Amino acid sequence: MSRFRLVAAAIIPILVMTACTSSASPSPSSASASASTPASSSGASPSTAAASPGTKFAGVNVNILTFNGPQVAEPLQRRAPDWEKLTGGHVNVVAVGFQTIYDKALLDASTGTNAFDAYVFNPQWLGDFTGPGYLLDLTDRVNNDPQLDWQDIGPFFRDFNASYNGKVYTIPLDGDFHMVSYRKDILDKDGVKPPATWDDYLAVAQKYNGQDLNADGQPDYGSCIAKKKGAQSYWWIISVAGGLLQSKGTNEGAFFDTSNMNPLFGANEAMTKALETYAKTKDFGPPDELNMDVGGSRGLFTTGRCALTMDWGDIGTLVPGTYAQDKTGSTITPGWKQVLDRATGKLVACDPTTCPNMVDGVNYAPFASFGGWSGAINAKSPAANQDAAYDFLSYMSSPAISGIDVTLGKTGYNPYRTSHFNNIQPWLDAGLSQAAAENYLGAIKASLTNANMVLDLRIPQTKRYEQDVLDTALAQYLAGELDAAGAEQAIADGWNAITDEVGRDQQLAAYVASLGVQR
Amino acid sequence: MASSDSSLELEPQEPVPSGSALRVRARARAARRATDTLDAWRSEGAARWLFIWPAVLLILVLSIFPLVASIALSLSRLAFHQGGVDLKFIGFANYQQLLFGLERTHFLGVLKSPNPIGWAIVIATVAFSALAWTRAARSGNVRLFGLLLRLVGGVLLVGFVWILVQALASDGGRPGALIVTLIFVFAGIVFQYALGLGLAMLLVQQVPWRRFFRIVFLIPLTITPVGVGYMFLMMTDTSKGPLEPIWVALGLRDFTWVTDPWLARLAVIIGDTWQWTPFVFIVLLAALESLDQEVREAALVDGAGRWQSFRHITMPAILPVTTTIVLIRLIEGFKIIDMPNILLGGGPGTATQSMTLQAYIDWNTLNLGRSAAIAYLLLILVSVVATVYVSFVRRRVTDLA
Repeated sequence: MSRFRLVAAAIIPILVMTACTSSASPSPSSASASASTPASSSGASPSTAAASPGTKFAGVNVNILTFNGPQVAEPLQRRAPDWEKLTGGHVNVVAVGFQTIYDKALLDASTGTNAFDAYVFNPQWLGDFTGPGYLLDLTDRVNNDPQLDWQDIGPFFRDFNASYNGKVYTIPLDGDFHMVSYRKDILDKDGVKPPATWDDYLAVAQKYNGQDLNADGQPDYGSCIAKKKGAQSYWWIISVAGGLLQSKGTNEGAFFDTSNMNPLFGANEAMTKALETYAKTKDFGPPDELNMDVGGSRGLFTTGRCALTMDWGDIGTLVPGTYAQDKTGSTITPGWKQVLDRATGKLVACDPTTCPNMVDGVNYAPFASFGGWSGAINAKSPAANQDAAYDFLSYMSSPAISGIDVTLGKTGYNPYRTSHFNNIQPWLDAGLSQAAAENYLGAIKASLTNANMVLDLRIPQTKRYEQDVLDTALAQYLAGELDAAGAEQAIADGWNAITDEVGRDQQLAAYVASLGVQR
Repeated sequence: MASSDSSLELEPQEPVPSGSALRVRARARAARRATDTLDAWRSEGAARWLFIWPAVLLILVLSIFPLVASIALSLSRLAFHQGGVDLKFIGFANYQQLLFGLERTHFLGVLKSPNPIGWAIVIATVAFSALAWTRAARSGNVRLFGLLLRLVGGVLLVGFVWILVQALASDGGRPGALIVTLIFVFAGIVFQYALGLGLAMLLVQQVPWRRFFRIVFLIPLTITPVGVGYMFLMMTDTSKGPLEPIWVALGLRDFTWVTDPWLARLAVIIGDTWQWTPFVFIVLLAALESLDQEVREAALVDGAGRWQSFRHITMPAILPVTTTIVLIRLIEGFKIIDMPNILLGGGPGTATQSMTLQAYIDWNTLNLGRSAAIAYLLLILVSVVATVYVSFVRRRVTDLA
């Protein structure tokens, strides 16, 4: 009996710990087994792919870690064989879930495992990678690379996506902004204008909620916004709150007070208004919206079941060939007619003083959410692998290749080069009408050129600030576990704890530096 | 076994040998020494070295070392520096955060003053613990150390029930990851055992297609938990999932599993039950088929009803197997992560966030210290629950034997 207990007492902890470690502790080395996908299929490619076989990188095998979308990894896998023919190198794309890219990449680089030569990841994480010197400085390479045509990439993306503290560390492959997509056919028919403010958004959503929007005899939804925990929900609340928190230009910042690093996502009237508005959109959406990610909201919109949705630019390239083709319009993210007075924590009406960038009385603050997928190179990789990895990323971002990829919904890439906006033919070839293409690109341009654009957070530990603290508190608020005041307190407390842990002065300096981007 | 002792055996007395005889004897002694060495290698001691130590080394490297390393990890924070990474010692800060600090509401839940039912449960638990301890003390069969252990166990039980009622039987209380995990474990085991036993009882009969059903019932067990998670994600999607027409036909177009915390937890328990019932079923089926039918038939001849036969013959006979199955599912169940993560991302809010999922979320943000601290708290919880369970059922199995 006692021996039995002893044996049980010894075995049980070992079993639990071992299994717990295996389930909760993905190791960098396991990544290669998780979704290692050799590039295999070749799609349409520009003329460069037809060149004769090259030997520049013969025998070099480049391992790239990225998102298993299937978007994002798709163009890398599809284009790799063409690049391999040109150079003789080989690309192995290791695609993993979004939640695990950060820890796999950072552990790979920091522990010296160096299983990956390049990471196609979120540029918001640059703060965690560049400080300790885990990434290769690409400044000289990009400035002397005719294939890449660095100056053709929009200044904002060269700065926000690619640079940190004045040095270039990534090659942009994608450009991201939030915008609102709407059913242009229905709104035009009824003489309803696209929403300019979030109050307008709620009014339009309410008007169309419960109506049959796709002629299938079933009631549809006024608004579809992904709200699933552990997915994209926390980015939307930043879009809703942006116009209430920032009005004096990009450099003002929407996340923290730039004098003391106190969170603006805390107890104030702006945050309460944003939370309430965001929660209100749920009343006009599908019943399971709380468990819906962008895959769900995009599916509903493209099948004609939603009057409005908020998303990155992907909707514009996904609608060709669907019910929503030639029925979709895009517009800049709605703004507000009020803004936060940071001294009092109260909302005040917009006027030329409080909202110097307002248009028709509306303070727009389009959110450069995420920034866009970008490729970085491991500083510890062998030189030959670094060269090959750089060449492949440069090839992927080159105007001829990216000019086609950003027009395809399956890539998950959105426009980020001047040529992407000026050359409309690839958009027409992808199935958009002239009017739809101009409308879509116009909405992105309007965001890109807005002087009050909100930059996403890009300081050390950004992932904990947003994907841990903000996402959890927001999910609890939407589910009714916390009221608005409780959610604001939870966000502020969580953010302050991280700031103090890393060092308030260090974080403040990083935040202020991150706001000084060019547009 | 005793070959190594052969050198102690006395040799028979002989006359003084000649030179050739000496050489022969020397060769014989050398041959005997070689045999003795071989025997020594074949002895139990050597066998122990050969057969046990590789396994022990393997466990040391793969289990004990990570176990010890995890303690260090749980007391530290990751610190990145130029070209590498260090662990910065921070004491019990991670544990403090989980049990008393910022993460308390996520880990333990929102704890409020119990309602009358809660108070009744607490008082009943205190009375039960006190009664059990007093009986043990009066019986004279338990030593002082045993009494002390029982006292600690009783205090732990009361403390645990106190947390439980503050979260579940109070106004405004809410369970955290700890209690949510326990709900998944115990509800899952009850459903899985009841269904598994029912199916096993059914298929131990000579029913038509029994071979076919045995295979069909095993299919869920062969699917990876991630696959089961995605399957249930599609099936519970009432607005665009493959079962949407059925939901609409049933008038449940606006029904959703995901806005109510208890419905969401139920969805997780259903998915987990669907996957693991076959495991319980197949083990119980084997146990039932190995039963001696003569005893059961004799009972029936003596006038026992079906229920009496089940209650007094079948159940006691399969109790040892039941004990093992429940223990395995208990330990496995505590690590639930795939279903709540894929089905609901731990939501709505934190309603389905298990301890392992909370540890996984921390791992994803490279908060490795807190992730390890959660894993250690889970280890302690599982060890306590499993040890209490083993000692509880062991006594009953012994009594029955």
